[in-house]
Amino acid sequence: MKLNISALEYIQGVQNGSISVEDFIARTLERIKDVDDKIHAFLHVNTNILGEAKNIDKKIKAGEKVGACAGMPISIKDNICLKDTKTTCASKILHDFVAPYDATVISKLKKEDVLFVGKANLDEFAMGLTTEFSAYGPSKNPWNLEYVPGGSSGGSAASVSSFECIASLGSDTGGSVRNPASFCGVVGYKPTYGLISRFGLISYANSIEQIGPITRTVKDTAFMLNIISGQDPNDNTTVTNSEQDFLAEIDAGVEGKKIGIIKEMIGEGIDSSVLSATKDAISKLEGLGAICEEISLDMVKYSVAAYYTITATEAGSNLARYDNLRYGYEFPVEGYEFNSYIAKARTKFGPEVTRRMILGGFVPASGHAGKYFLKALKIKQKLTEEINQKFKEYDYLIAPTVPILPFKIGEKIDDPVSLFLVDINTVTANLTGKPAISIPFAMSKGLPIGIQLLADTMQDKPLLQAAHALESTVRLPEVPI
Amino acid sequence: MGLPGSLPRLNQKAVEKATLIAMALNCEIPEKIAFFRKNYFYPDLPKNFQITQLNIYGKTSIGSLGYIVAGDKKIQITRVQLEEDPGRLIYEGNSKNQITLVDYNRAGTPLVEIVTEPDFENAKQVRIFLNILSDLLENLDVSEPGLEGAMRADANVSIEGGNKVEIKNIGSFHDLEKAIDFELIRQESLHSRDIPIVQETRHWDDKRKITISARSKEEELDYRYFLEGDIPWIKIEKETKDRLTKEMPESISSKKERYVNKYSIPAQVADVLSSDKFYSDLFEQSHDSRNAKEIANIITTDLMGLIDTREKREKSKFTSDHLKELADSIQSKKITRNAAKNALYEMVKTGKALSEIISEQNLGNISDETELEKIVNDVILQERQAFEQSKTNPQTINYLVGKVMQKTKGNADPKLTLDLLNKKIK
Repeated sequence: MKLNISALEYIQGVQNGSISVEDFIARTLERIKDVDDKIHAFLHVNTNILGEAKNIDKKIKAGEKVGACAGMPISIKDNICLKDTKTTCASKILHDFVAPYDATVISKLKKEDVLFVGKANLDEFAMGLTTEFSAYGPSKNPWNLEYVPGGSSGGSAASVSSFECIASLGSDTGGSVRNPASFCGVVGYKPTYGLISRFGLISYANSIEQIGPITRTVKDTAFMLNIISGQDPNDNTTVTNSEQDFLAEIDAGVEGKKIGIIKEMIGEGIDSSVLSATKDAISKLEGLGAICEEISLDMVKYSVAAYYTITATEAGSNLARYDNLRYGYEFPVEGYEFNSYIAKARTKFGPEVTRRMILGGFVPASGHAGKYFLKALKIKQKLTEEINQKFKEYDYLIAPTVPILPFKIGEKIDDPVSLFLVDINTVTANLTGKPAISIPFAMSKGLPIGIQLLADTMQDKPLLQAAHALESTVRLPEVPI
Repeated sequence: MGLPGSLPRLNQKAVEKATLIAMALNCEIPEKIAFFRKNYFYPDLPKNFQITQLNIYGKTSIGSLGYIVAGDKKIQITRVQLEEDPGRLIYEGNSKNQITLVDYNRAGTPLVEIVTEPDFENAKQVRIFLNILSDLLENLDVSEPGLEGAMRADANVSIEGGNKVEIKNIGSFHDLEKAIDFELIRQESLHSRDIPIVQETRHWDDKRKITISARSKEEELDYRYFLEGDIPWIKIEKETKDRLTKEMPESISSKKERYVNKYSIPAQVADVLSSDKFYSDLFEQSHDSRNAKEIANIITTDLMGLIDTREKREKSKFTSDHLKELADSIQSKKITRNAAKNALYEMVKTGKALSEIISEQNLGNISDETELEKIVNDVILQERQAFEQSKTNPQTINYLVGKVMQKTKGNADPKLTLDLLNKKIK
């Protein structure tokens, strides 16, 4: 029995009896035991799912109905609440926090008999793009253990890429699903803002982030989206998915579709192999009947600055609740006045979170807001207007997910500004609320390269169709671990 | 609790009620409202920010630029805003070992803040305004101002040539009046000695009845206001406004006018009756055109004394049916006004029906002429001297009426008694 199969292959296997859930879960847990001390994709592994797997097998044998996922093992980024499980955000400040409730996406997956194999590593509070900022140590890239897996959903992407699970849920604030998907050679999806409920996702920058699936195939993403999308009374920002079946008509292709190539995302600083992969992807799409033209989004050059200003502001507010008074970690209050207690308790934040807390205290403060925060909001608005204009003419936009190849662990950790620029191609989708997907497309020096497609608001279904078309033109080697 | 991953859920009912308040305060209501985060660390704030409204980026608060007439003054309403209530801090222990407990039960419940212009000249005017506002809110059925903590006030006090001082932590309207008076005297005393009045926040010390300066740190707070992304902009649809206008309860002033014009209830009585929702509701449920005046009288002269607290109201089994029956019985002379008082007391206490009380306590009106004549004759026999005097001194007749009343425990029809006595004297 192979572990490196897609979700749809797994479900088919369970249905036709060629896969026993218990067997598959046992092997998955074994696989984790074998490889995860090298990869460190998981912060916590849920070994007791073997019992649940047996139950599902029993049900199937007895002819009882089981959920659509039929015991499929999934990892969950550790910033999504899974009831009765530690949810740490890879931070010392939530070291002892056990979620007392399920996120909406978790409840939906539970209904379909998903088995949660473990909680995946991330940059502390999802702030970072290498997973090096996890308070519990970095994850490694399964393609080359000396390299970063990307981030912040690095654990999620690495766990899917190394067959420690079939799929994962990450969260994408500025590329945190697409970036590690690109670095680890898997599919990463950031849906239209509001398509998936954020209830139970621990907020970093709530106005632009979304939960997104990380899978082996585009079809698997469509399948996951069918389960986890939809309006939620617990998240006032959710929109209806209109009962769409994202998997149906996935083979529609791109014939006659117009695709804009974002000039600003293939310019200065791009790695030559990434550029040639992008050109290759464009010609493949043209070969499938699409019309590709270069376009310009003028505001992209300011997007990273705007992104960091907005996310720092929101993070400063969203992370204010971690005062250790109601939950957190062991630290007695006796002898402290509340201000000094909170200040002391919050020294548990790691360097990147602290950096952004300081920034978040500064950029929206009265006296600075006009120069930074309000300006950033203006860029966000202008960028949105600009991209809306383009989507009147083009069905999709294309760019590499990340302009450079995965880099070595430690290589950029002391250079936050150069790290920030790695985000240049991904933040646009977040700032404008548009759906975007990263598809593994090429290899260079043994490391994967992802291609990104964007579509207009609520055009998630056609976006998946185009991504599937592009995906079917490539076949990547197997991960060497 | 501000749990990680939890999101705010907007209470639509709260939005409607806040809209109703803004409408009743003659405010402008925008087409769309927005919520903002007010960021500061304080133990009563579980998220360390408060979701609130403000007007610094356009008029996005539920109400702006309204007014309310309080006595002979028009008080301008700057803004009505909907926000979440923080938790409640409870201080325990002694000065050496102080413990602060936080009760989060209240945290996240909807709160409406009403901000006025500096339109008051003294504490008395503030008190009158607050009483009128409290009656108005009760009449709108949006709040229970009688509940402890349901209506709270902060006051900004300044004198000419001085800076503004905000007083917080005031527990009651009564204390608010005292706090303002204290603050005015304090500021005037500083001013007269040429000591500058600093702009600051002061806390009302409930025990010592003085204001004390809050730590200056609070002054330096920068709230870093920005849009609450978790609650999208809310449209206040025209249909909603129209519906609320239709559903809006009759205003206190309109009630008063109706009571005076339609039922000739004296203005003073109508004023008292209309401004209290509990009593005006009782009145509305029980009256018809015949007994309206009688009912207004019963409520304002007797009932208000019997159930004057919230607790008594809740405990009492008294209903509008009782009131109607009582008024009708007085008008049909089944019972005297005097006896009605006793019956009312019994009704409030026990919730029994009037007929039951009349038979139990023998309160029925003695208006049967032959029966009453017997009693009158008895009294004349016993009070021979007074009876003789009454022939020359008409004042004495009142004494005899009183004796008849005593004998009948107040149940004799007073007019009939007087008629009978007059007949005997002549």
